[in-house]
Amino acid sequence: MSKLGARSLIAVPYIWLVLFFLVPFIIVVKISFTEMQYAIPPYTDIVTWADEALTINLNIGNYYYLFTDDLYFWAYISSVRIAFIATICTLLVGYPIAYAIARADSATRNALLMLVMLPSWTSFLIRIYAWVGILKNNGLINNALISVGLIDQPVPMLNTEFAVYVGIVYAYLPFMILPIYANLVKLDNSLLEAAADLGSPPWKTFLKVTLPLSKAGIIAGCMLVFIPSVGEFVIPEMLGGAETLMIGKVLWQEFFNNRDWPVASAVAVIMLLLLLLPITLFQRYQSRQLEA
Amino acid sequence: MSDAASPMLEIRHISKRFGELSAVNNVSLTINKGEIFALLGGSGCGKTTLLRMMSGFETPSEGSLLIDGEDVSKVPPYQRPVNMMFQSYALFPHLTVAQNVAFGLKQDKLSKAQVQAQVDAMLKLVHMTDYAKRKPNQLSGGQRQRVALARSLAKQPKVLLLDEPMAALDKKLRSQMQLELVDIVESVGVTCVMVTHDQEEAMTMANRVGVMHEGEIMQVGSPSEIYEFPNSRHTAEFIGSVNIFSTKVLHVGAEASQMSCADMACRLTVEGGVNALEGAQLEVAIRPEKITMARTRPEQEDNWVQGKIHDIAYLGGHSVYHIKLPSGMIVMVTTTNINRHAQRLTWEDDVYLYWSAASAVVLYQ
Amino acid sequence: MQTGRLSNWSKSFLSLGFLFLYAPMVILVILSFNESRLVTVWAGFSTKWYGELLRDPQMLGAAWISLKIAFLSASAAVVLGTMAAIVMVRMGHFRGKTAFASMITAPLVMPEVIIGLSLLLLFVSMGQTLGWPGERGIITIWIAHVTFCTAFVTVVVASRLQEMDQSIEEAAQDLGAPPWKVFFLVTLPIIAPALISGWLLAFTLSLDDLVIASFVSGPGSTTLPMAVFSSVRLGVSPKINALATLIIVTVTMAVFVAWWIAQRSLKQTTHISK
Repeated sequence: MSKLGARSLIAVPYIWLVLFFLVPFIIVVKISFTEMQYAIPPYTDIVTWADEALTINLNIGNYYYLFTDDLYFWAYISSVRIAFIATICTLLVGYPIAYAIARADSATRNALLMLVMLPSWTSFLIRIYAWVGILKNNGLINNALISVGLIDQPVPMLNTEFAVYVGIVYAYLPFMILPIYANLVKLDNSLLEAAADLGSPPWKTFLKVTLPLSKAGIIAGCMLVFIPSVGEFVIPEMLGGAETLMIGKVLWQEFFNNRDWPVASAVAVIMLLLLLLPITLFQRYQSRQLEA
Repeated sequence: MSDAASPMLEIRHISKRFGELSAVNNVSLTINKGEIFALLGGSGCGKTTLLRMMSGFETPSEGSLLIDGEDVSKVPPYQRPVNMMFQSYALFPHLTVAQNVAFGLKQDKLSKAQVQAQVDAMLKLVHMTDYAKRKPNQLSGGQRQRVALARSLAKQPKVLLLDEPMAALDKKLRSQMQLELVDIVESVGVTCVMVTHDQEEAMTMANRVGVMHEGEIMQVGSPSEIYEFPNSRHTAEFIGSVNIFSTKVLHVGAEASQMSCADMACRLTVEGGVNALEGAQLEVAIRPEKITMARTRPEQEDNWVQGKIHDIAYLGGHSVYHIKLPSGMIVMVTTTNINRHAQRLTWEDDVYLYWSAASAVVLYQ
Repeated sequence: MQTGRLSNWSKSFLSLGFLFLYAPMVILVILSFNESRLVTVWAGFSTKWYGELLRDPQMLGAAWISLKIAFLSASAAVVLGTMAAIVMVRMGHFRGKTAFASMITAPLVMPEVIIGLSLLLLFVSMGQTLGWPGERGIITIWIAHVTFCTAFVTVVVASRLQEMDQSIEEAAQDLGAPPWKVFFLVTLPIIAPALISGWLLAFTLSLDDLVIASFVSGPGSTTLPMAVFSSVRLGVSPKINALATLIIVTVTMAVFVAWWIAQRSLKQTTHISK
């Protein structure tokens, strides 16, 4: 390929990503060091030029505020906890499904994969909303349990952490199944036969051969679920109720309800720092996939 | 063919390095007009890199490459008068057979009629006229190869490059297609360079063979020269099987030279002089089919050994015997199974092996 | 992994999994025909919620805006994503490739609130310093959607490019086609199915996005998810059940048509080659 052609081919997506992905983060960091004000824009300038003096106002108050106010600290902790537990649940639900699909013959396989993907092509929002009607106090599950006579009082499920777990598992299940499936389907069956031939019972073969060989898929799937879950807004907002504290919701409220852009930015910066390690882990896997 | 002796492709001191790794190392080679030349070697010997430099997909780190007297070292692949038949055939899956063959012609801005005429001629040449409208995935392996050949010949290249031409075919089809491909190439009269790891393929198809090893060309010659007169241990071992004796030169003469060998009770004699001083270490190669096996001691004074039959491989047309010498060395002998009920030698039999001085080849590398 | 017949274990995992995935959607579809506004009481079959949905000018307007944005975002994301995929798969190492790879894969997992907030702040700063965009609206949502959809398109196209035998492109060059012509005559037709699925993926992602659009939209650019969100936030709304049913039916039909076409062409080619 000619030098010029190659350069412009790189340049177009590169410039787009720098402009609309990298630069915005730098601006977020910048604004997290400003102070809120009632004006347009609703934050102070960092660099001011007045009386022939260049003044740089780095306001670390927002970070101080985040570290001293319990609300934010607990919001981070509970986001990570909820995302972690939900990721484990998704893995436990998703792995057997991925395994079963990988073991089917190739025509069935494609049909099953399509069935796994199909819900995620409909609306995310509406799929979460569907659970509201199911989990409500006078919703489907409670009504069914009461009419069977198992309970007389509705069990509160909506507006609990449990509902958030259900929502995350439900919404993110395909993202767990696909990478694990992609990994398992490449697994050579003769490896399993060799293990059996060497006297390993099926459960041991699974633990010693299948599971280690699908490690890359498990990591990718877990990262695809965990990272967005930490910052999830729609699910805690619709299913978690006021009790469930998650950082995505806090950021949203800070921005839309309190109109405090600098604090919202500081919340985003800390969230990003928190997610840096899992994101790098995911990217190592992903770029190996892209370049391999 | 080589008597025409006017060069079509000249490679001058070409080297190719990938970072630290040297894939091709100072290779010089001249290939004549109308010749079928095979680059033969194991995987990683640099033969494919050399071929890709001829086609233009790799640029040499050093040296130059001339086609018909013109330096093309810096010419991109799409401007070289060279066409390649790829190992996977690389047929365009979205185009029909006819469109595949026409692809190269269309790049030359020929008129529609000219393109059509040439496509028809090419398909006829490879007996694929009836399949013109098919897509590549509707063809068998052998048919795909014919289309790939037609496509690479359509532009009437000065040099045709074949990358492992038979690798994608099964064994039975291979020997048939080898001869057919040679017929087609010779009828067109195009100069042809092929790369292969299969010595039989190289010897069947090529007029001349270049044996490559670790980025260098070890030997160039006709198939029989390479087989009968290998100049190096590597060539001797790579092509066919061979017994190699380590010897020390005792006497160098014009008619014959004598060596001593720790594995033999007598001297080892070779025809003519050797290019070494008395007392030097030399390796001598003897092909298994050049050795005679008998129960009794031969009359000749030199060039015999005595041993026990260690192993026998019965291969139908011939058998391979492994004879263990008292020194522990194993010597391979091939015998032709002419007689159905012959009293054959068997395991643990004591035998004598002998050969003529003309059969032994001195290896200098 | 090779196949076998599915064991009973596998079958029960699959049945439970699909029950979990599809039951909520089936319930929505059933409820959309419920006369009553309550979830719990079945008051008889009715299509009145569909009528109400189709008479709601806000919903219809939002749907139209969303479709427009999704179409334009998907189209731009396919161009950018294809370029990025070629850079990732076909080009060797260049300075800044690691940074490029990070930027192209990060949007796959980055929480939406962060992307939304950061892009909004970019647009505000740009408006302050460059005077553009003066007002946020369809164009800013489009930029945001192109940015995160590009990542997904890149992954889809890159995996197709990896599967493609590179010697096919070399063969085209060898036959005299310069690189740009090789791309349009050979590479593009071969990876076309991946471009189509990438486009469809980007289209659905854009159509589905609530969080990012909420940050970067402006007055007069309410998208469908934003309209839905403001109506369901207050509780169950039967109109939304009707909308959900329409979306589910459309997607299912589209998927099955695509599936049927793919299966048929697959059958044809295997049939003839035998």
